[in-house]
Amino acid sequence: MTTSEPRSLPVSIDATLDLLKAGHYVADRSLATVLFLALKMGRPLFLEGEAGVGKTEIAKVLSETLGRRLIRLQCYEGLDVSAAVYEWNYAAQMIAIRLGEAEGNTDRERLEHDIFSDRFLIKRPLLQALEPDPAGAPVLLIDELDRTDEAFEAFLLEVLADFQVTIPEMGTVKAEHPPIVIITSNRTREIHDALKRRCLYHWVGYPNAERELAIVRARLPGIAEKLSQEIVHFVQKLRREDLFKSPGVAETLDWASALSELDVVALDPATVSDTLGVLLKYQDDIARLDGSKLKDILDDVRAELRAAE
Amino acid sequence: MQQDGRLAENILYFARALRAAGIPVGPGAVMDALEALKAAGIGSKEDFYWTLHAVFVKRHEHSILFDQAFRIFFRKRAYLEQMMAMMMPQAVAASDPVPPPAAQRVLEALFPESERKMAERKQDIEIDARLTVSDREMLEKKDFAQMSAAEIAEAKQAIKQLVLPLDEVRTRRFAASRHGHVIDMRRTMRASLKGGGAVIDLKYLGPKTRQPPIVALLDISGSMSQYTRLFLHFLHAVTDARKRVSTFLFGTRLTNVTRALRERDPDDALAACSDSVLDWSGGTRIATSIEAFNKHWARRVLAQGAIVLLITDGLERDPGDRLGFEMDRLQRSCRRLIWLNPLLRFEGFEAKASGIKAILPHVDELRAIHNLDSMADLCRALSDHVRSDDSRNWLRKIA
Repeated sequence: MTTSEPRSLPVSIDATLDLLKAGHYVADRSLATVLFLALKMGRPLFLEGEAGVGKTEIAKVLSETLGRRLIRLQCYEGLDVSAAVYEWNYAAQMIAIRLGEAEGNTDRERLEHDIFSDRFLIKRPLLQALEPDPAGAPVLLIDELDRTDEAFEAFLLEVLADFQVTIPEMGTVKAEHPPIVIITSNRTREIHDALKRRCLYHWVGYPNAERELAIVRARLPGIAEKLSQEIVHFVQKLRREDLFKSPGVAETLDWASALSELDVVALDPATVSDTLGVLLKYQDDIARLDGSKLKDILDDVRAELRAAE
Repeated sequence: MQQDGRLAENILYFARALRAAGIPVGPGAVMDALEALKAAGIGSKEDFYWTLHAVFVKRHEHSILFDQAFRIFFRKRAYLEQMMAMMMPQAVAASDPVPPPAAQRVLEALFPESERKMAERKQDIEIDARLTVSDREMLEKKDFAQMSAAEIAEAKQAIKQLVLPLDEVRTRRFAASRHGHVIDMRRTMRASLKGGGAVIDLKYLGPKTRQPPIVALLDISGSMSQYTRLFLHFLHAVTDARKRVSTFLFGTRLTNVTRALRERDPDDALAACSDSVLDWSGGTRIATSIEAFNKHWARRVLAQGAIVLLITDGLERDPGDRLGFEMDRLQRSCRRLIWLNPLLRFEGFEAKASGIKAILPHVDELRAIHNLDSMADLCRALSDHVRSDDSRNWLRKIA
């Protein structure tokens, strides 16, 4: 689903909920509130939470439903300005210099002015996000910020403070309309307080059974109702076990599609134990759930569902 | 909400209550909150709640404090203003039979008169009368456990002067360097322009280095009590010198005291530490503490190649195969695991205790830490060159 013309920002918390729903994102009210405020106040939204709870997805859905461009900056250790903001196209510059020489241009000033112009500038995500866009300010997704180092964080702090970057050879680029900034972190390290202070913070937790079921229905409409109920209740039960890494929503969806690929109509211990690797990514966690344990959880799930009918 | 003044006042009081409950709320946040409330247009209590939550809560663990503070504050708002004005002790209506710990904290913050019975238990330092000579030489060799109070004061001074080595790991960043092997196109281009582009003089980049983070896990149970304060002083000195040091104390529970140790003055830091730790000199449950660390903290502080210092005597009350399992996981998730054990000071130390046997196979290095000498030694050890005292030698001895 894509919308062609840009839409205005939502005007209330309920409108924000509806907007997310339109993008098949089932959010709870607290998330909608903080997102609405971030849009309204023009603040970056800082989303922290376990892997696979749908942090990145929010930015994607926002850009889709608002018809804005999505600009993604995937963070990694050693990310620097030339990969995040801009880089000069050196090969083209060299050629330009050589051509200038061949034509007998030895005017240094002009040469410098020519080769440090827009034509030779390679724009990276942060610079792209500051550029004007006819469809409205873009959505800038800074993904997994915790994987960079403090140096980049400090730089980002400056960019987010006044939405401008300075290119020594050209001057300062300032955004007319600040982009909608979504920052995500898996908390593999603590982000500095100074950066968090600039943002609105929200911890994205695991959904409850009702919301998770709604997510499965929204994302995978082709799956039988009974199976999706069993899947969701089973995963909810797993999260209560003492695991090293609980399965996220992404795992639930993966598992649901895996089971439907295998033409499963109802869960049974053998199928679950064969496909457990889709849900759990640590061997000790898988070992902990041996056959009898799995069977107990499954029986619980069935009893619950029967009671609910 | 027509009465803007009342609202602002209330939010201000609420922010103060949050601050007292331990959520850092600055004056800027109060302004933000008012702006946010105006922007959101308060329709229901829930929206009001989440609006304030969005502004005031910047850390996941503050959520529960905020929740309790909100409930107490806006339930008893009318009383509260009077109370804050009068600062009178006031009994709290017992609507919840057993308030959760966070509520306790918030209640105490809101009603400072209901005194906390958390007397700070200072460590008694045994004064050994036999030893009166304390020149520097003696001091360096002397076991912390046998120092007099005066000597301990001297030792603290000495610890302050320990210099941490510049152990460095290569990062994936680059900086200008003469001996680098990556061409720095940008500088090259600028340099060649000086000559009108006729000569291209290549400039190079080399990898940047930085110091790896340190994570210290310090045992504060009874058997370690003579050492605890000095180790904390040591860790405070280390935290001062290095940017990224996290410190955890464990006895029967695990406590993160990193922020407390960032205080400028070691004694303030130690006071802040003892405020945040409830189990000085209780029993020890190493396995449980390491498990708690692995579960809740390892992913958050061990990124980017951290070195872990495990400071414990390894005397475990509930040894089982869990300790080995958790130690194994800890070792796999850090760059180097150094075990510092004050028991190593005894000649002929043998790893007989089952806790020690469980830990040994999973550490990269085992070192004594019981006097200034050994601390200086550790400082040297933190740089990557020398690897003495390989734990495997110990293992061979045991086998």
